Amino acid sequence: MTIALGVLAPVLSLLWLAFGSGLGHWARLVRDVLPQAALDTAVLLAGVGLLVLLIGTGCAWLVSTCDFPGRGVLHWALLLPLAMPTYIVAFAYLDLLHPLGPVQGALRWLLGFDSPRQFRLPDLRSMPGAIFVLGFVLYPYVYMTARAMFMTQPAHLMEAARSLGESRAGAFFRVALPLARPALAVGLSLALLETLNDIGASEFLGIRTLTVAVYTTWITRSDLAGAAQIASAMLLVVIALVLLERHGRRRQRFGSAQRMRAIQPRRLHGTAAWLASAAAALPVLVGFAAPALHLVWETVKRLRQGNGISGALIDSLLNTLGVAAGVTVVAVAAGLVVAWAIRAQGSTHDGARWQGRAATLGYAVPGTVLAIGLLTPALAADAALATLIGHPGLPLMGAGVVLVVACAIRFLAMPVGGIEAGLARIPPALEQAARLLGESTGGTLRRVHLPLLRPAIAASALLVFVDAMKELPATLLLRPANFDTLATRLYAEAARGTYEEGAIAALAIVVAGLLPVVLLARHGLSETTA
Amino acid sequence: MTARPRAPARATLALGATALTLLAAALPAHAAGEVTLYTTREPGLVQPLLAAFSAQNDIKVNTVFVKDGLLERVKAEGARSPADVLMTVDIGNLVDLVDGGVTQPVQSAALQTAIPSNLRGSDGQWFALSLRARVLYADKSLPLTAFRYEDLANPRYKGKVCIRSGQHPYNVALVSAMIAHDGEAKAEQWLRGVKANLGRKATGGDRDVARDILGGICDVGLANSYYVGQLKGAKEGSDARKWGDAIKVVKPTFAQGGGTHVNISGAAVAKHAPQRANAVKLLEFLVSPPAQVLYAEANHEFPVRQGVALDPIIASSIGELKVDPLPVAEIARYRKQASALVDKVAFDQ
Repeated sequence: MTIALGVLAPVLSLLWLAFGSGLGHWARLVRDVLPQAALDTAVLLAGVGLLVLLIGTGCAWLVSTCDFPGRGVLHWALLLPLAMPTYIVAFAYLDLLHPLGPVQGALRWLLGFDSPRQFRLPDLRSMPGAIFVLGFVLYPYVYMTARAMFMTQPAHLMEAARSLGESRAGAFFRVALPLARPALAVGLSLALLETLNDIGASEFLGIRTLTVAVYTTWITRSDLAGAAQIASAMLLVVIALVLLERHGRRRQRFGSAQRMRAIQPRRLHGTAAWLASAAAALPVLVGFAAPALHLVWETVKRLRQGNGISGALIDSLLNTLGVAAGVTVVAVAAGLVVAWAIRAQGSTHDGARWQGRAATLGYAVPGTVLAIGLLTPALAADAALATLIGHPGLPLMGAGVVLVVACAIRFLAMPVGGIEAGLARIPPALEQAARLLGESTGGTLRRVHLPLLRPAIAASALLVFVDAMKELPATLLLRPANFDTLATRLYAEAARGTYEEGAIAALAIVVAGLLPVVLLARHGLSETTA
Repeated sequence: MTARPRAPARATLALGATALTLLAAALPAHAAGEVTLYTTREPGLVQPLLAAFSAQNDIKVNTVFVKDGLLERVKAEGARSPADVLMTVDIGNLVDLVDGGVTQPVQSAALQTAIPSNLRGSDGQWFALSLRARVLYADKSLPLTAFRYEDLANPRYKGKVCIRSGQHPYNVALVSAMIAHDGEAKAEQWLRGVKANLGRKATGGDRDVARDILGGICDVGLANSYYVGQLKGAKEGSDARKWGDAIKVVKPTFAQGGGTHVNISGAAVAKHAPQRANAVKLLEFLVSPPAQVLYAEANHEFPVRQGVALDPIIASSIGELKVDPLPVAEIARYRKQASALVDKVAFDQ
């Protein structure tokens, strides 16, 4: 309950900001800003949604049912784009695909043109460009859930379909895909929430989404109330996506009830095998390898020019790790409590369900908006505490506690969802047995559930850690004096207009994010096969 | 690894350690001989100036780089805010701080003599520290020597114009000045013309204008003057230098008044500044002749103080300015109207 209130505080303060000062600007916003922003957002969400479903499901199916050269590596490498913040990929692709970049340079050389004025590809800064970048970075959310689903789908269902005369494609579309639909809904909604939330990549590529509209309304029109009004309207979209995700999870529980023989991958030969390798390698190349190599190349260039790794960079790395660790601990602990409360009160209890849903809203509110909403309540609490202990300043803000709490609220959805799903897999009979044998509720949690939940906790902790490392908007607004993380350092370079100088910081974010993703990939995928 | 807490005890310990480290880092912020600066300017730009100030006065400068939400943060921090000096770019942002009630008036003879009266708030609530002009970057081969802002809407440049988002404060200020000079109807017509001439979406940064001119995407574009110094002064052989070498700069003027549009970077003393005296000292230092020279050399900006030499690259590629006679505060007055106009013509779509 307290946690749900903590999460609701910024949302409530947002609503107060939105409607406390009248609807003066609303008419103009509705006329000039919202229709176009809503349309652009819808097109972007639709495009990214299609692309992530296509790539995520396609690759998951390919890897689950076929054996081809490179499958052993690709089946986890397909998760690597998770380590790439979308804004970094957008920067990298603008460099790579700019008329002055290597791709168009090579094309001109091949075609015999010697100036970009004679031959140019369409500009990346467009709707198709944004869909391309976001789709290839965010597909792992769908891949992850779809792959887990295909791995646990019983093979005999497919065999039955085949023996009834369905082709392989028919069996996929009429049996496997409908069965996987709940899992796809979960992955899709996460990818779409990230898209909706994104500010760096969309703004950089010139797409004026609702989130960007919230931002410009607040910053350039100095109209915080108007921004809060758009953000409140956006909450409706967000709630729809969260409900989609919940709906997916609800159905998912029935699907994974039985344990059966899983689908055995079929070995491909010749051209088909190589085509499969190429198809599964393409998303890894586009979503991870190309931008990562570009960062490595830029970093090497800077290092050779003598811009070494400064002490300040090491400091920001340590700060980043410290904040991410703190956020992970707080978010996972809170997630455990919320998921446990939902279970303890029974999933039929409306109050508990709504608290659970409220607790996951943070993920859905754009980071800056969440941070703004949190400012007033958090600093009021801080001032009260300061009065109590006789501190002259703002102790929680100054110590970064506000920052850690804000990020934990932002990412709470991941541990809540992950641990709830993990709890759902534990048969109530185990709990009843423990209670019958005289164990208390707390004891049951500690001695029965926690050991069984360890994989779910580890997986959500890794996800929170990676996302907290990349977090930018809330960190920018809420950090204490003289405190930089890798993301804020990179942003500072970009703000100075020298984002290529940020290559070292960007690479550090990617490398630091890589380890948890690899762990997650290997751990998560081997766990389900076992 | 921390991300996989096995026991609650270890988790609590890790959290406690994180909190303590952060607390330790934050506590000395209220010692004597310090001043805390909240800035929306990337600190790297002002760091040489702050270092010189610290060395000269034995006052440590704490910085927080708050990109957006400076006003909201200081407001929410209220009377306990550690902020002494608030520094930002764009007159609109400065006036917002004053209107938001987070600044206090400062009476200082040093500030009043150094800064011309149209470049500071009449009641000492804000002070300009440097100037930047919104100039035309043009492909080197174009036979252009003079240019009017109004020309940017000329169909002659169809598909040839690059500019950043119309909602960016630098462009909003330019449109405000256009409204002040020509009225809203003409400004709207002009914006529609420029929009029709765009060679790509109105996005990215000012340096992208030079880059996209070299990339053949456009021939002309508007951008701030100090980037010229960054680009043309970049290391030989670097990408930035290639972009800089591809352009020449023309100082555009308004048809009315005949001057070039400038904006400011500036600062104010925070309303609840715990170190008010040090805050004023820092502002006075920033407009002193040596600091103004540093502003010009390190940032390639135009000094606000009369008689300070320009940065050599700026002097040779842009030269002295004939500034638009419109008072800076007048620009701030039209900024909401300008921003609404940018929306109305869907400039960024």
